[in-house]
Amino acid sequence: MLNQLTISELRTKLSKRAASAKEVTQACLDQIKRVDPQVRAFLSVDETDAIAQAEAADRAIAAGLPQPLLGIPIAIKDVLAVKGQPLQCGSKILDKFISPYDATSIAKLRKAGAILFGRLNMDEFAMGSSTENSAFGHTRNPWDLDRVPGGSSGGSSAAVAADECIASLGSDTGGSIRQPAALCGVVGVKPTYGRVSRFGLVAFASSLDQIGPFTKDVRDAAILTRVLAGHDPLDSTSIPEPVPDYTADLKGEIRGLRLGLPKEYFIGGMDKEVSAAVQTAVKHLESLGAQVQEISLPHTDYAVATYYIVATAEASANLARFDGIRYGIRVEGADPNELYMKTRGAGFGAEVKRRIILGTYVLSSGYYDAYYLRAQKVRTLIRQDFLKAFEKVDAIVTPTSPTPAFKAGEKSDDPLQMYLSDIFTISCNLAGISGISVPCGFTSSPKLPIGLQLLGKPFGEGTLFRIAHAYEQSTNWHKEKPEWITKLS
Amino acid sequence: MDYEAVIGLETHVQLKTRSKMWCGCANEFGAPPNTNVCPVCLGLPGVLPVANDEALRLTTLTGLLLNCTVPRHAKFDRKNYFYPDVPKNYQITQYDMPSTKDGYVDFEFEGRIARVRITRAHLEEDVGKNFHFERNSGVDFNRAGVPLMEIVSEPDIFSAEMAYTYLNALKDILIFGVVSDCDMEKGMVRCDVNVSVRPKGQKELGAKIEIKNMNTFSGVRRAVDYEIPRQIEELKKGRKLTQETRRWDDAAGVTDVMRSKEYAHDYRYFPEPDLMPFEPSDEWLAHVRKRVVELPLARKQRFMTSYSLPAPDAETFVNDRPLADYFEKAAKGAPNAKAVANWLINNLRAKLTESQMSLDMVRIQPEHFQELIGLVDSGKISTKIAQDVFSEMFENGQPPAAIVQQKGLAQVSDTGAIEKLCDEVIAANPKSAADFRAGKAAALNFLKGQVMKASQGKANPNIVGEILERKLK
Repeated sequence: MLNQLTISELRTKLSKRAASAKEVTQACLDQIKRVDPQVRAFLSVDETDAIAQAEAADRAIAAGLPQPLLGIPIAIKDVLAVKGQPLQCGSKILDKFISPYDATSIAKLRKAGAILFGRLNMDEFAMGSSTENSAFGHTRNPWDLDRVPGGSSGGSSAAVAADECIASLGSDTGGSIRQPAALCGVVGVKPTYGRVSRFGLVAFASSLDQIGPFTKDVRDAAILTRVLAGHDPLDSTSIPEPVPDYTADLKGEIRGLRLGLPKEYFIGGMDKEVSAAVQTAVKHLESLGAQVQEISLPHTDYAVATYYIVATAEASANLARFDGIRYGIRVEGADPNELYMKTRGAGFGAEVKRRIILGTYVLSSGYYDAYYLRAQKVRTLIRQDFLKAFEKVDAIVTPTSPTPAFKAGEKSDDPLQMYLSDIFTISCNLAGISGISVPCGFTSSPKLPIGLQLLGKPFGEGTLFRIAHAYEQSTNWHKEKPEWITKLS
Repeated sequence: MDYEAVIGLETHVQLKTRSKMWCGCANEFGAPPNTNVCPVCLGLPGVLPVANDEALRLTTLTGLLLNCTVPRHAKFDRKNYFYPDVPKNYQITQYDMPSTKDGYVDFEFEGRIARVRITRAHLEEDVGKNFHFERNSGVDFNRAGVPLMEIVSEPDIFSAEMAYTYLNALKDILIFGVVSDCDMEKGMVRCDVNVSVRPKGQKELGAKIEIKNMNTFSGVRRAVDYEIPRQIEELKKGRKLTQETRRWDDAAGVTDVMRSKEYAHDYRYFPEPDLMPFEPSDEWLAHVRKRVVELPLARKQRFMTSYSLPAPDAETFVNDRPLADYFEKAAKGAPNAKAVANWLINNLRAKLTESQMSLDMVRIQPEHFQELIGLVDSGKISTKIAQDVFSEMFENGQPPAAIVQQKGLAQVSDTGAIEKLCDEVIAANPKSAADFRAGKAAALNFLKGQVMKASQGKANPNIVGEILERKLK
């Protein structure tokens, strides 16, 4: 089935005319019809538009155009602006909002020939770790429909895992790509802060957000990251650093590369099977010739607290624009203040409100120094931890998530427990470095994917792809699919 | 007990840039509502700001003009408050690390040079404009995101008149530097005033009371003139003033309480994560330094000392920059610059008004004014003929000497020819001659006029007078 293939497989088929972009797109749309009533990854799909794009891609293929993603259907998280498509961030407050412009990442994918389709479910405004905070229903984990797909980009990971698209885009503020990738058994990349333009990404926490891909293998992740990366004059925080051809180095060769195991990440509380899978993966990397050493990231304990101050502070301002004045829902009031309160009261979900209140609090006069300013200082220390570690090692290996996918509803009443599911992913965003999650095994019963996280230097994506690719090519975890999906396909 | 007022001003000025602060929309006044807007200045989901470099340059330039220091590290912050005209519900501004700080403005006030220290001049964005209709309200976002500079003064101002004079001096500087058009009617300059009073001799400042909503400089003057006695009156009644914000009601001519300290906004400032800190390079700063111009007061003082001009002439040149530039060319090396100034201020300006022309259309070469003055001073032509020569110069741009030559306008100083004309005039006007001889001095002027007329204005009037007097003795 075409929808099960990877970008590189499809590119070969398409250029040999062994398949058309329209057939690939149709295969994805058919798969959505078959499995999405259970998975619920998509909020909406504009089939007519997708087919029209596919037909245009077929004409371009016929004309011999060489774009790297020509004819590849890629689905988009509901947090990225696609011209003419809904942009709701999983929230009621943006009801009926249609984006009048394309995000830079979307424009780049278009230019590369991709077929952009669908709006993928997410935790409202990317706030959550289970995709249970969407105003439009939960997305389910294709490996076990009673469990969450992770979050906030749960729709993006589930759609790739269920072969509803070839690849997808998500956003990662504290683990929102890597954690759902791990929980759904796919590859997810959080690029270095400033590597990918954020223009058109609805901001949750501006200094932490990055856009990244979900793919079926590491090579695809390298291909997509190369297209997405690069300086954008519309994003002052994007960095003018040249973009290498990440695929050129994917030769399975990692001998002599130095890997660090942070001792602070391998302590109690972790799921036993996750811990065992990660340790086996580390042994495997060693057998491929990598040199493994223990390292220390001493400020790890403060990461979650720091994150929930910095991220919520920024969010409290970022989400202020959703006020019922210019777009989205409006609940009328006697004066502007009442209108704001009623609109935001009705439009935002509980988690979003919780974070806005937290963020407002930590910025308040009299509390700023104790919370926000101090958190910024700790953030610097956390970044220094990593930069110091990278003097000794080329990449850091950790579990992506302390547990495999948990049951829907299991943590939704306990925000703190939910926050802790990002304990291994958050530091990467605070430090602004690069990260990737690749499948590294399964729990036995039920069979649930486990993710291995690799963290790299700023702009060290190339090294991460090299290691992840070598690991992936010598294992077969990424090729496994949920049984019912295979049967239905 | 005697009281004194202490006043500080916060002046907001729209910068003269082509595009807005964070996007490419036109910075233009008067367009139909919501036509100069885009996703960025409307605060749509997902957009990001990109700083307008010209706005940064104009802010730094202002800092240099106001004798400020320019830190090598500045940053933007978010000021959070909800209001329908604020698209993002936060304003991007510079909170604790502004583009420029610690300067001063010198200006003439009550016959001496006054100095008001400038705390800072920082860059921010303007907001939209609310309109209230019968049944609903609307917001025009054309102004949202227009680069806005805030100039904060130290509390160095002591009266309404001084505030007014300071504002005008500031405005002149900004217009001189081509930083802003400062068009009050288009809302390009707006200011808030902080007024407090204290018993004379007391060191600590009184309660700071902020007044908002003045649309003109004279509005500021009136508001301060109202506010100072009001506060003094309160203190005299034994009441305690507390920090508050008041609104100026221009129609009623009074200030009313807007909000007291307990209701002061908590703006929850924090660094704007969407923008990198601003760290100007040496090269960038050098470019801005090149745009520094001579300020009005310095210019006035220079015109008075270098050209020995009286204050009114110097002021005329300060206010009319093109004429001043023309003057500087015309008066270069002139022994009598005042004469040049007279020609330009009295004659050239009148001609321009009369012919509805601007200075750049004038065909007279600036150096020809000295030539013209030389012709008069050396007695070659009379001041009256000089007027005709000037008209001719204005018409065709020819040098004055050439005009005099061509038209035969040179003054006749040949005593023989003049003697002859005098004899003829005396003979033709025996009564006037007799009157003069009888002691009527005024009769000489009549005879002189007749001789000048007969010479078609070319006779040297001094010589004519001498000869007539001699002949009639």
